[in-house]
Amino acid sequence: MAAAGLRAMVGVKRVIDYAVKVRVKPDKTGVVTDGVKHSMNPFCEIAVEEAVRLKEKKLVSEVVAVSCGPQQCQETIRTALAMGADRGLHVEIPAKDYESLGPFQVSKILAALAKKEGVHLLLLGKQAIDDDCNQTGQMAAAFLDWPQGTFASEVTVDGDWLKVEREVDGGLETVRLKLPAVVTADLRLNEPRYATLPNIMKAKKKKIEVVKPSDLGVDLTPRVKILSVEDPPQRKAGVKVETVDDLVVKLKESGLI
Amino acid sequence: MTGFRGLLRAQRQARRVVSLLHRFQSTLVIAEHANESLTPITLNAIGAAKRLGGEVSCLVAGNNCEKVAQELAKVQGLAKVLLAQHDAYKGLLPEELTPLILATQQQFNYTHICAGASAFGKSLLPRVAAKLDVAPISDIIEIKSPDTFVRTIYAGNALCTVKCEEKIKVFSVRGTSFEAVPVSGGSASVEKVSGPAPVGQSEWLEQKLTKSDRPELTSAKAVVSGGRGLKSGENFKLLYDLADQLHAAVGASRAAVDAGFVPNDMQVGQTGKIVAPELYIAVGISGAIQHLAGMRLLHTVLAINKDPEAPIFQVADYGLVADLFKVVPELTAALKK
Repeated sequence: MAAAGLRAMVGVKRVIDYAVKVRVKPDKTGVVTDGVKHSMNPFCEIAVEEAVRLKEKKLVSEVVAVSCGPQQCQETIRTALAMGADRGLHVEIPAKDYESLGPFQVSKILAALAKKEGVHLLLLGKQAIDDDCNQTGQMAAAFLDWPQGTFASEVTVDGDWLKVEREVDGGLETVRLKLPAVVTADLRLNEPRYATLPNIMKAKKKKIEVVKPSDLGVDLTPRVKILSVEDPPQRKAGVKVETVDDLVVKLKESGLI
Repeated sequence: MTGFRGLLRAQRQARRVVSLLHRFQSTLVIAEHANESLTPITLNAIGAAKRLGGEVSCLVAGNNCEKVAQELAKVQGLAKVLLAQHDAYKGLLPEELTPLILATQQQFNYTHICAGASAFGKSLLPRVAAKLDVAPISDIIEIKSPDTFVRTIYAGNALCTVKCEEKIKVFSVRGTSFEAVPVSGGSASVEKVSGPAPVGQSEWLEQKLTKSDRPELTSAKAVVSGGRGLKSGENFKLLYDLADQLHAAVGASRAAVDAGFVPNDMQVGQTGKIVAPELYIAVGISGAIQHLAGMRLLHTVLAINKDPEAPIFQVADYGLVADLFKVVPELTAALKK
């Protein structure tokens, strides 16, 4: 396996940019996405960077970037290609299905693609910053019956095994996973590179293949019904205190210290 | 004597059947533990499970967890504690625990399976759900009914109410949103269970726990967070000293991380760690809009900033307009008294 290099697949998601303040729709069906700046999910960027680094170390022979969603996802795939992925796969989801698309369906798609493409390593971000689910990698691993290295802060290839240092509550733990495996990236894994202009130009020549979920035999029936999306309770401005002593008194009064 | 005990058991079982018929709920909580001690978030998960109204059982798996099972048997409100011991469960690897949970599910037919939304629960439950062919629900903050849950999306910037019509509801519980159950007053039976043969595709090697008395950011009851106003990484020492007095975790804004003051694992917010403490102290954080919105679910926010116009004061319960380099040490000293 290692002689020819591993084949890696990276899942990338297009989300509302992290710096945008989201607005809840007045009809409470979701948040406003039209005309709002989108970019690649930050945790996905880290996953792409890791895949590209493994390729630069000659441990990985090819990096395939995958995204599920509407046409605009191709921009996200282009970004991954500009960072160094070799080719793209766009799983086109019609707008009406995309609204109810969740980790359950996405992980089934990714698992089917990983099998079809014969990859040894599926890299994902630990969570998307829109739905905050933190599920897709774990579920894809389950559908594939592969081991999982979630919240990875360090990944080392060791023959047919993968050593993954994980960020857990209270510190770090190291596990060893038999390849093929699924890894989800935590913030600490690396610092993603910026795509340079020449690489962005080069990425335009790289191929993006469009696939339909039905080609992969994945059913898009919604599994979880969103009843409402609302603003969290509004906070009121509190009191300003003059001195540290006043502050301590206030904190003591409210039983916080 | 045996006959009497048998009768009692039969009665108990009959009662259980009746209660099941009435409520149709039975929940399995997956216990998290380390070094022979129970992880506190498990008690919050049991608290959430009790809200469902049905019978609650708890599964303890590990290679040396008899003590934890005994401890759990005394926890109030548990019907049963299931104990699974095997060397393969060392390190609580999801690859090994999932088949065990599936076997347990097959035997007892739970309507709900849950755990705390810690690194352990988040890693394990989606794998279990996928194997049960159901969509899981992450990090719930409220239970409206046995199939309707509230969770946050966009790092706390919106509340999403979801209805889960799956045959088995698999969900993780935000620890700070549910009361912990008392650790005494219960008398659950401990029953031994076992799963299929080890899978062997993963191995736990070691763990390096941070040698700090400070709690973990994501589960801390108090968080002291620093922003660009700290000016350098060394100055974060001021926050560590303050945090030690409050038994708080220390976090940082994205601005402080981008400026290179602290590593990104300390980052709080949308692209970092999601915190839900009772007390959040923002020091030298002006409060970018998305940062402010993410704080709306926090209990109490205290802001220290020298700029009286800083947006952070719009959401702070207590605001102190002053130079942090002067008042943070003062506050630390005041708390020492």
